[in-house]
Amino acid sequence: MKIPYFPGCSLKTYGSSFEKSAIASGASLGIEFVEIPRWNCCGVVSSLTSDDLMHHLAPVRNMIRVLEMQDEKMVDTDNKMLTLCSMCMNTLKRSNLKMQEHADELETINDFMYKEDKKYDGSLDVVHYLEVLRDYGFDEIAKKVKVPLKGLKVAPYYGCMLIRPKEVGIDDAEEPVIMENFIKSLSAEAVDWRSRKTCCGSYLTVSKENIVIKLTRKILEDARANGADVIVTSCPLCAFNLDNRQALIQIQNPGFEPIPVLYFTQLLAIALGLDINEYGFANNKVDGMPILNEKIFKK
Amino acid sequence: MAVEQKMVTVYIMGEPQLVPEGSTIIMAWEYAGFQLKKGLGCREGFCGACATVYREKGDFKLRGGLACQTVVTDEMSLVQIPFVPAERPRYNLAELKPDVNTFKELFPTIFRCVACNTCSKACPQDIKVMDYIQQLKRGDIASAASTSFDCIRCGLCALRCPADIVQFNAATLAQRLYGKYLAKPSPELADRLKEIDEGKFDAEIEELNNMGHDDLVKKYYSREMKIR
Repeated sequence: MKIPYFPGCSLKTYGSSFEKSAIASGASLGIEFVEIPRWNCCGVVSSLTSDDLMHHLAPVRNMIRVLEMQDEKMVDTDNKMLTLCSMCMNTLKRSNLKMQEHADELETINDFMYKEDKKYDGSLDVVHYLEVLRDYGFDEIAKKVKVPLKGLKVAPYYGCMLIRPKEVGIDDAEEPVIMENFIKSLSAEAVDWRSRKTCCGSYLTVSKENIVIKLTRKILEDARANGADVIVTSCPLCAFNLDNRQALIQIQNPGFEPIPVLYFTQLLAIALGLDINEYGFANNKVDGMPILNEKIFKK
Repeated sequence: MAVEQKMVTVYIMGEPQLVPEGSTIIMAWEYAGFQLKKGLGCREGFCGACATVYREKGDFKLRGGLACQTVVTDEMSLVQIPFVPAERPRYNLAELKPDVNTFKELFPTIFRCVACNTCSKACPQDIKVMDYIQQLKRGDIASAASTSFDCIRCGLCALRCPADIVQFNAATLAQRLYGKYLAKPSPELADRLKEIDEGKFDAEIEELNNMGHDDLVKKYYSREMKIR
């Protein structure tokens, strides 16, 4: 399967391990990520003002690029647009939904973008990699696991953007199971914990980092209290808040015990037996290797 | 029989003026008696000093271009832009890193881009301006340097940007960072610099320096272009 892939700015900078592990894992499952040519920022964050069409230009322009890829037979999927970053997925999906539901607004946007060779027609389906893996079949993935993550206790962290609002969520907004099922397919143990859908503080990390430190400390301690070895996420911003901010949490709370925060694709790549040097842990601040060495690699 | 020069009407800052058909915007101004001291440079479409905006009859869109390259049409409305006020941060290239954080500090406005593409529509060089701003947002400085390569710093992108981005100055920084940190070192450059130091081209330069204006013009236009 050759699927058009939207990376997003974070995955090209401080989330590069996410991108590399996703592409490598996809390749070993026969899912080829074809990066969208001339993609632009997804338009983050989705504008909540109903008549603010300006902020839908960015997402819709990316969708036009996907239509062009389909015309040029660069991909073989039917109207799919793959995302990894939860925030990009959320922004693109919400915009796509708005365009599908409001033909007049889509026309206004297409008119403004008269320099584009194509018009957007609302035909795309924005999907997250977790959805692609679910459709691939978690049972099928389980069969391809070469390094079972037996004994590893993984806390799935959904945050907000993967499941809310429900119109664009990849699973039930209240009781999602997709990450748990993913974790089980790798033979790891999915930790049942309360904070899996609690907001990490998002962009407050820029202007009011103390609020983020308070929020993420609660989340991290909840994961530890429920016996988690690692937390997994699919959002570079959540990862930044949960992982990078642990240094400040430690300064303010000397007894705090750090916990590694990984992208779900890093666990997938490990389980598929891929060489860590191919994707790496360059972006992970709290070192995940000690617990992985202890429980998985038996070093 | 004398051929009659066809004339067209242009509006220079609202005042109608008859000018010869086929004039460039600069020629129209000068024909109408204006002496331009700013917003005018090489008259060859290279320097970017004469960026201007205009409106054509019946066109809803305010368009931009170089006044020395744009031919007037009947009932076109004209204005000249003497200077583009644009933020230009001071920096020491040797202290910078070629990464996205440098742009976050020096050109934070690039992160306001909504991908409206108004900058690219305004560019007289047909540069994909919005594309290089997007490349900078994701730290792809090498691509941004290449995409913006033909920029002549006329400033029309910045004048039209609804997010107040100063695209052309960000492009300059991208190109400088690329040149200093990212470009593959060229052994040919070192060889050529050595040749210059050794005086290999002194005689040729001396000859050019002593040439009269007319001979110099003749030599320039009859030169052989070597395109790699």
